[in-house]
Amino acid sequence: MPFDLHDLLSADDPPNSGGYAEDTPRFGFFTDTSVCIGCKACEVACKEWNHIPEDGLDFTGMSYDNTQGLSANTWRHVAFIEQRRPAADPNARSDADAVDLGMPAFTKPGESGDGERSEFRWLMASDVCKHCTHSACLDVCPTGALFRTEFGTVVVQEDICNGCGYCIPACPYGVIDQRKDDGRAWKCTMCYDRIGSGMEPACAQACPTDSIQFGELDELRRRADDRLATLHARGVSDAQLYGRDDGDGVGGTGAFFLLLDEPEVYGLPPDPEVTTKDLTVMWKHAGAAALTLLAGLAVTFLGKRR
Amino acid sequence: MVPDAEFRSYYGRPVLREPSWAALDIAGYLFLGGVAGASSVLAAGAELTNRPALAMTGKVGALVAISGSTVALVHDLGRPSRFVNMLRVFKPSSPMSVGSWILATYGPLAGLAAATAVTGRFRGLGKLATMGAGVAGPAVAAYTGVLIADTAVPTWHAGFRELPFVFVGSAAAAGGGLGLIGSPVAQAGPARRAVLFGAALDVVASKRMERGMGIEAEPLRTGKAGKLLRAAELLTVGGALVGGVLGRRSRVAAVLGGAATLAGSACTRFGIFHAGVESARDPKYTVVPQRERLRERQQREPSTE
Repeated sequence: MPFDLHDLLSADDPPNSGGYAEDTPRFGFFTDTSVCIGCKACEVACKEWNHIPEDGLDFTGMSYDNTQGLSANTWRHVAFIEQRRPAADPNARSDADAVDLGMPAFTKPGESGDGERSEFRWLMASDVCKHCTHSACLDVCPTGALFRTEFGTVVVQEDICNGCGYCIPACPYGVIDQRKDDGRAWKCTMCYDRIGSGMEPACAQACPTDSIQFGELDELRRRADDRLATLHARGVSDAQLYGRDDGDGVGGTGAFFLLLDEPEVYGLPPDPEVTTKDLTVMWKHAGAAALTLLAGLAVTFLGKRR
Repeated sequence: MVPDAEFRSYYGRPVLREPSWAALDIAGYLFLGGVAGASSVLAAGAELTNRPALAMTGKVGALVAISGSTVALVHDLGRPSRFVNMLRVFKPSSPMSVGSWILATYGPLAGLAAATAVTGRFRGLGKLATMGAGVAGPAVAAYTGVLIADTAVPTWHAGFRELPFVFVGSAAAAGGGLGLIGSPVAQAGPARRAVLFGAALDVVASKRMERGMGIEAEPLRTGKAGKLLRAAELLTVGGALVGGVLGRRSRVAAVLGGAATLAGSACTRFGIFHAGVESARDPKYTVVPQRERLRERQQREPSTE
């Protein structure tokens, strides 16, 4: 090949992404789930601002989460995890100064007798498109509808997308999705229209606890590191940053998280990788396979005629 | 018996989003693209070695198959009227973009080869187109392996090294099968050898692919995909033996064997398609291999934690 596929693959990746002349800072989300109260204001604000259609009023029966996950019509999704943690576990209290708010227990009130804090915790987390550094949806999009913005985010151009659906199985997080009655692929734009005017995205604006923070990625990473250190100092040893590390399989994410349990508990992949990482090897194998077919069939014509 | 892997998830919900592709459209496309690609190679060889019936079968078969596969592709688009947007850009990072350009090159060549053969006009041009389609055909058959492997779908991605070989093997068996059906015993020698070669390559590459995978191989053996792939092996190997060996003497055996390898090839594509969808649907196939990978990495670099 006359070009270096690896260079081409990373041409759209921040920093210095997508051929933008000016050195604009990369923007992102830091979602600190330790202060999420599960109010879903982000879900609502996102829908309102972006005119996202209603996507069914389902009752899942699994938790307080009836939205179920991100989709073409849900660009922020608040996960609710109900966990029973043994009282002996020092992590049962997610904060040193936690007080009993009378949260529901698995036992009837008063049954446990002593009025102690129950063996129960809720984890709430607002999920969103990760706006990956090495973004699989963008890499595999055959029309160029998905592109890297000057803010380092990944956005679908709805006037170009032809609904081929390739980005959907390419996303290692299961974020981008096809809107059935419309045919095109949709996902979070990090409110491209708002941040271009110096405003923060609707979800971050609506968040009452600053669980969702928007800003320059470098600054958000500093804040996240501080917050993680604070939580670890308070004994919340399970707290971890997710998507913060540039060295992970997607080169770090523009939207990253502070989690209080393993990623898969929140429905996130524990070690996501951009599929195009292996694409050079794939093309080499396909080339070898094509030659095998050509040679193998050519051989069938050799020898004496019969 | 491997014990059930333990893993945690969000209420058992999938981590990945399963492909929005319709099985009939996309697995059908994988199958027809293979038939077309291999048929064009056989047609070119037949033209050069003066086997007119085998050449005609290959040319017409390739045109019908590639037309069908293009219709399936366009039909599967969310916005079919925007299918030309595929040719807005050329993106080597997108196997679908590369594939669109391969199809845009190969399709007209296959069309020209068939049209000139059927009408008997512009024979010189027809010969050039036949050779061109014969060279481009293997690319059509092989790239589809990259198309589905270049996704986060666990079973498809885990097989990224072997899938192109499985697919070209399956294509040779299908293209050979079509040749067996459409040409007399005297001309069908290359088709008989093609089904044997294709079946062998398909089976060997499939086994290798399965062995190289971890838990991601499970959807290939179970459920709907498992049934399809067992049928695929039976039909492909059985059809190749009947068509490729008994077909030397019996026209009936050649036709039956050819039909079986065609059906086997279709089952292979649908089986692999469904296995991938199943692997995306169950969070186990996403979480368990990634946890394993993390564990291995932490064992290699224990200092990071």
